[in-house]
Amino acid sequence: MATPRHVTFQLNGRTVEAEEGRLVIDAAKDAGVEIPHYCYHPALGNPGNCRMCVVEVAGAPKPQVSCRLAVREGLDVRSDSPAAKRAQASALELHLVNHPLDCPVCDQSGECGLQDYYMTVGRYQSQAREDKEHKSKRVEAGPHVMLDQERCILCTRCTRFVDDVTKTHELGIFGRGHEERLDLAPDKVLDNAYSGNVVDLCPVGALTDRDFRYKVRVWYLDKTDSICPGCARGCSISVHTSTKRPWHNGGRRVARLKPRYNAAVNGHWICDEGRYSYKSLDENRLGKVLRLRPSREELSWEVLAAELAGRLRGGLAAGGPEGLAVAASGALSNEDWAAFKALFVDALKLPRLYFAADPDQVGEQDELLRRREKVPNLKAAEALGLRGGSFDALAADLAAGKIWGLWVIERDLDRVWGRRAAELLAKPELTVYQSPFKGALGDAYAYRLPATAYVEEEGHFTNFEGRVQAYRRALDPIGAARPDAAIFGLVAAALEGIRSREGAAA
Amino acid sequence: MTKILTKHFDEPRLHELETYRRLGGYEALQKARAMAPAAVTAEVKKSNLRGLGGAGFPVGMKWETVPPEDKVPGPRYVVVNADESEPGCFKDRVLLTRAPHQLLEGLLIAAHAVGAKETFIFLRGEYQNQYDILEKAVQEADAAGWTKAASISLMRGAGAYISGLDTALLETMEGKKAWPRQPPPFPTVAGLMGKPTVVNNVETLSMLPFILREGGEVFAKIGSARNGGTVLFSVSGHVEKPGVYEVPMGSKLRDVLALAGGVRGGRRLKAVIPGGTSMPPLVEKDLDVALDFDAVRAAGTFLGAGGMIVLDESADAVAVAHNIERFLSHESCGQCTPCREGAAWLERILERLLRGGGVPEDLDNLKRVGENITGKVICALGDTVGVVARAWLGKFPDDFKAKIPRGNS
Repeated sequence: MATPRHVTFQLNGRTVEAEEGRLVIDAAKDAGVEIPHYCYHPALGNPGNCRMCVVEVAGAPKPQVSCRLAVREGLDVRSDSPAAKRAQASALELHLVNHPLDCPVCDQSGECGLQDYYMTVGRYQSQAREDKEHKSKRVEAGPHVMLDQERCILCTRCTRFVDDVTKTHELGIFGRGHEERLDLAPDKVLDNAYSGNVVDLCPVGALTDRDFRYKVRVWYLDKTDSICPGCARGCSISVHTSTKRPWHNGGRRVARLKPRYNAAVNGHWICDEGRYSYKSLDENRLGKVLRLRPSREELSWEVLAAELAGRLRGGLAAGGPEGLAVAASGALSNEDWAAFKALFVDALKLPRLYFAADPDQVGEQDELLRRREKVPNLKAAEALGLRGGSFDALAADLAAGKIWGLWVIERDLDRVWGRRAAELLAKPELTVYQSPFKGALGDAYAYRLPATAYVEEEGHFTNFEGRVQAYRRALDPIGAARPDAAIFGLVAAALEGIRSREGAAA
Repeated sequence: MTKILTKHFDEPRLHELETYRRLGGYEALQKARAMAPAAVTAEVKKSNLRGLGGAGFPVGMKWETVPPEDKVPGPRYVVVNADESEPGCFKDRVLLTRAPHQLLEGLLIAAHAVGAKETFIFLRGEYQNQYDILEKAVQEADAAGWTKAASISLMRGAGAYISGLDTALLETMEGKKAWPRQPPPFPTVAGLMGKPTVVNNVETLSMLPFILREGGEVFAKIGSARNGGTVLFSVSGHVEKPGVYEVPMGSKLRDVLALAGGVRGGRRLKAVIPGGTSMPPLVEKDLDVALDFDAVRAAGTFLGAGGMIVLDESADAVAVAHNIERFLSHESCGQCTPCREGAAWLERILERLLRGGGVPEDLDNLKRVGENITGKVICALGDTVGVVARAWLGKFPDDFKAKIPRGNS
């Protein structure tokens, strides 16, 4: 392929360098100049129907849309001249002439393209005396998306998404002229694995998220860069949290997850599975360090570490390392896996580790984003050289009474073994459960340790391609919860303490 | 007066192959097929034939933009735009009814010139009678072997005005919503199914048999400078004898009006829309304007597709503007925002003016909104949306001011 030629052109009187043939709207963005636009989306093409990105081009008889104008040597473009600004403002005026004044009750308020451009290029006094066009305001487009046809500016981003990206064709533009409306195709429902993305790419409040609707005003949200833990892809996301007004959003701290552009991993999108995974983040959480058997008692981490280390020591002396099994999952971070290895492999030399995604942490895979392994970080275990056994073999050994201790980390064994799980869990004398969530069997263990969820810690995941990506802490931990790595470290230190005391005594 | 297309319209069975052949039909095609394609195009260039569907683009020049086979391999197509939908235009209907073989012969000449093995006629959906006539004519041409080198298929529209615009027409043919494309690429480079496609109007193609038979120069001499041959006007409105009139390019407006019997009842002329409702009107002082693409353009309007609507002094400019904007608003395809929203806005302002609810700002808004549409839209329909109200307001401001009751604000 020929290397693209770099040329210089004039942008608002400034000399700018860009690849020849690059769209002016993109080249301007690279140079720090935002040209207003609705229909153009870098991943969905440039139909040029919104006419917002008009610029003045020297020598051209009429304004040009910069989303369909290619950079060439010597091109002289103005996006900020009075004529260009007037053209942009008039395009905006025509977008708004039939747009309802819903802002006070519209979820898009605060992140709406119409509001934003009104403030940057609009600021005119409305001249419209006529009644606005009325269309349907509450169309349940699908399980996740609500459509308000009156708010729609017919930019066709969403129809291009379902036509070109998911190829599922649920949405279309029907009718003609000012009676035209966005609607579901006959006999279709917007229910594909990526449907939530249409809410993100809708520049106005026409497509809103049914889960987010009327929950929080967007200006109360905090945004934190993160990585979706929903599968081995590791899509870049932004975690939007609502803590300033905890009575909003039904008390749930995470209000929504949004995709964060990452050309190398997920582009502009995320799947619905990942997007709506936040809903359970504040449910069924663990916050206390507990011994449940033989007697129930809340412990401090220090007491827990000492007690657990003592029992591990005793068990190992009596039953050996073959009798201690650890079941984990690919939900652990790179940091967690390193501490996991230090404790269970390097210090305790355990031969029985179990963390395969099968059978309970696998699901649908497709060609767009979704991976079969529904955990983010099995790759890190592989990279550390950890080898895991099969859960079937573990079940057989548990049933045969070969296991004296079982430590389960972020894994619900009922999902692995079904109804047999409770029975198998009753076999070993020492059982430890460590997780952010209680799970169905959380009461069945001897010890229950609260771990932080990914939004409450920072760390790294290694995706299926081996890409190491950082996620940041968006929220405080619940109660006494600590990251898995910290818990492994505490127990490792306690074991080391016992060893050195024994060494000193000997 | 010289007639080309309507010369044999006295023949009662002109629509049948036998009659058409007896009058020399398909001889021009035989002659063209004996020539190199480039030579046919050269003859058409010499003729100064302009696109008579409204744009007036030189036909030979358009054909020449079809890329050569070695650059863009694969099929090329010729599509007849028979979607005649501009209000005021009905000359294609007459040509299709009376002289279908003249069109088919022209079409096959064009196919030979641009190397098309398949051609299509996209017919306005409402033209049922013409469809039946064309279908029979194509069967006759097939049976006579004229279509062995290039087939002719008929396709019908579903009633959208915008489908008469070449790129929207191609979208419709592909089974899509009739939303115009935004050239480049132009259809001659990437048209039907992405292949090089020449789209020409019925009247344009019907001129070709004459040009090939008599030679481009003869044709050119009939018309005015750079506007070869004749042109059909569909004259309607306040005239004594509405109908289709064929006159040489460059004839005076006054003469065409005279052919149509003049303004009805001896009333005074108020306005003439020369090319179909989308075009700004001419007025009494323009009676000596020469009717060809360039002279009409110089007079501030367009020859368009020759849909000439004559209005006498009883006409109200606001009602006319409202009527046209209502049509355009109804027919706006809805693809780009300024046309979709602006047409409806203009229509509603005009409607309010007619109802007696006008305010002084309305006149500024008609002008301002119109200016904000024209030149800032995807296609020519949008451009005209912004032009019509402004043009009638500009020519007849008193009609508009009279619609604003004293004291309204």
